[in-house]
Amino acid sequence: MRHGKYPFIVGFLFLPIVLYVGLVLWPYAQTFGYSLTDWSGQSQEMNFVGLDNYAKLLDDEVFLGAIWHNLLLLILLPLVTILIALFFAFMLNVGGKGGTGGIQGVRGASFYKVVFFFPQVLSIAILAVLWGAVYRTDGAGLANGVLIKLGLADAAHPVQWLSDPDMVMWCVLAVLVWSGVGFYLVLFSAAMQGIPKDIYEAALLDGAKRGQTFLKITLPLLWETVQTAWVYLAIVAMDAFALVSSITPGAYFGGGPDHHSELISTYLMRSFLRNGEAGYACAMGVVIFFFTLILSVVSLWATKRDRIEY
Amino acid sequence: MGSATEYNRRDIFKRAAGIAVLAAGGGSLLAACAGGTGGSSDKGSKGAGGFNLSDAKNPFGVKEADGLEVFIFDGGYGNEYAKAFEAIYSKSYPGAKINHQTDKDVTGKLQPRFNAGSPPDVIDDSGAKQIKLDVLADSNQLTELTPLLDAPYIDDPSKKVRDVLMPGTIDSGTIKGKVYNLSYVYTVFGFWYSNKLFKDHGWTPPKTWAEFIELCGKIKAAGIAPVAHQGKYPYYINVVMMDMIAKQGGLDLMKRIDGLDAAAWDDPAVKTAVEAFYQIVSKDFLLPGTNGMTHTESQTAWNQYKAAFIPSGSWLENEQLASTPADFDMAFLPMPSLPGDKLPFEAIRAGAGEPFIVPAKAKNVAGGLEFLRMMLTKEASGKFAQTANSLTCLKDGVGPEVKLKPGTASTVVALKAAGANTFNFQYPNTASKFDEDLQNASGELMAARIDPAEWIKRAKESATKNKTA
Repeated sequence: MRHGKYPFIVGFLFLPIVLYVGLVLWPYAQTFGYSLTDWSGQSQEMNFVGLDNYAKLLDDEVFLGAIWHNLLLLILLPLVTILIALFFAFMLNVGGKGGTGGIQGVRGASFYKVVFFFPQVLSIAILAVLWGAVYRTDGAGLANGVLIKLGLADAAHPVQWLSDPDMVMWCVLAVLVWSGVGFYLVLFSAAMQGIPKDIYEAALLDGAKRGQTFLKITLPLLWETVQTAWVYLAIVAMDAFALVSSITPGAYFGGGPDHHSELISTYLMRSFLRNGEAGYACAMGVVIFFFTLILSVVSLWATKRDRIEY
Repeated sequence: MGSATEYNRRDIFKRAAGIAVLAAGGGSLLAACAGGTGGSSDKGSKGAGGFNLSDAKNPFGVKEADGLEVFIFDGGYGNEYAKAFEAIYSKSYPGAKINHQTDKDVTGKLQPRFNAGSPPDVIDDSGAKQIKLDVLADSNQLTELTPLLDAPYIDDPSKKVRDVLMPGTIDSGTIKGKVYNLSYVYTVFGFWYSNKLFKDHGWTPPKTWAEFIELCGKIKAAGIAPVAHQGKYPYYINVVMMDMIAKQGGLDLMKRIDGLDAAAWDDPAVKTAVEAFYQIVSKDFLLPGTNGMTHTESQTAWNQYKAAFIPSGSWLENEQLASTPADFDMAFLPMPSLPGDKLPFEAIRAGAGEPFIVPAKAKNVAGGLEFLRMMLTKEASGKFAQTANSLTCLKDGVGPEVKLKPGTASTVVALKAAGANTFNFQYPNTASKFDEDLQNASGELMAARIDPAEWIKRAKESATKNKTA
């Protein structure tokens, strides 16, 4: 049996490996290759330019700005989303008034679960239309309409939301959080239901309050799930392309006003598809690849804990 | 019954002729194939090899058996008109299978096909997701159209195609000295207003910028916003600013700007024009929120009489058909004059747009060229004016039998008044990154986050930066 072990294993893995190499590794390798050329993206002609594209990236103010915007999302998006999702999940599962019937969520928990999950089933295209209507810059926009009615905004100078360079990233962050909380709420809920009720009951008997049960029981036992959520959200933050390119100002993949919501991905697409700088765009792709790789490794390492068996 | 049989008989004759041509033209077929798949040695233009330009019937050597794939940008003009063109093509080549494709996202659909070396035969490369023509030309992906310009005009074979085009058509198809696209739609640019609104309030369309600003004051006092613009896409407001610069500084200054001559931005005409323009912002004449609105949102608000003027090209009327009230009476206004303008009030930005291209690596280059030649007939041009409410680049292309809508009719009047005084900036087609920088700067200017001096400084910096690239 020992004798034929490796050929046996390779025989089973052959097809998955071919697919993985052909559809994942090879395109990555090609992107690395193209990033060393001046390829325009519209023909098969290109010249080798070495590391010129990477040198150019370091001097490109738009690109450096885009990195900052990505970093902002990277820090705030997981933090805010996970905190809100955890809070809601806790309230819906174990946060109800204890005492009478043991451990339960707040009243109407199952209804709230559906409501909070709702944004998750909307596609990005619908999100863009929906939030386009909310953030509309004149009095016909939902947000402006309400603010004007309440006397909080001036009808002659309504709030500019996505067209205001100081607000645009926060508006984008709000949409991302709004659309993401539902999914992580359900993820955390599922994990919380896996925690044995007797642990909570024991804590209750010992006189623990809601805050204490959350910090001392729920959070430590959910740590692995939180860690997973963190990595997923970090990847979303590194991308965020579909939303930003469809709701922010600017004719080609958004990023406006004046690059104030530019992300690496939107700048990449514009360089690739509009400006005929596909080689340059591939260099940005390589940068995103390494960023995401490093982040995944760092966050997995930083959030490492001993697994708690129960 | 009789006519049907006759049609069939004619069809058979034509097919027989087609086969004969195919047999006789075998040699040139091979030559064309060699040219088409020449790979890196193929420098985009096929030259006159294989073309017999003295043949008015079939100058490019179209083979009926070859199918034709037509890709139309599905935008302001729709794509119905192209079906009429395809019907005209089918009349001459009934055996050719025509594949009609249409989409809003030209880049998304066609970039992979350009990269794979199998693009469609004719492409209407336009819209927000246009594949930039300078990029395509630089990558040798386009057929040079000189043979088309030198081919006989179908309605009158004694003339060449180049002799029947509106002024500026060939210029707007030219990239780095070579003609690569047929800009089919003749568009005029300027302000638009509702004649009904103006008549109701007793306002007269202004001719000078001073009158314009004075009228804006009156409009604002009447509770209507004087100016709306499509602020999410600063392309539109750039039409106003750049036209004021061109009129003040003259065609010479316009050419220097197109050529990315950084010193052009030091010309006093630029400062005069931009500062005069900026009164729209500093006097608060903009529709509230217009700086963040899309073209649809702002143009619809304008249709609802919430704003008096809006800048746009003449596609506006067709684009807004659904939301324009029946008695709106849309009308065109050339950019009002400043004191000391080098061009008269009647001068307008006008030019051929909506570029049609024939990819160099298309399977049926001859068919693509012939399709373009057929588009340049009175029949096709009239069909276009009827279905798309716009003029084409064919001189006198619309016969008296074609009834035009008020906005389009007002552009015909304006074009007549302008005469030879038309101009057109080329930089949006030839310098994509400069155009983008200028649009971003204009967005900032409209929101009063930068002042005219800073706008000019940014334009100059971008010209300097993109000149070498």
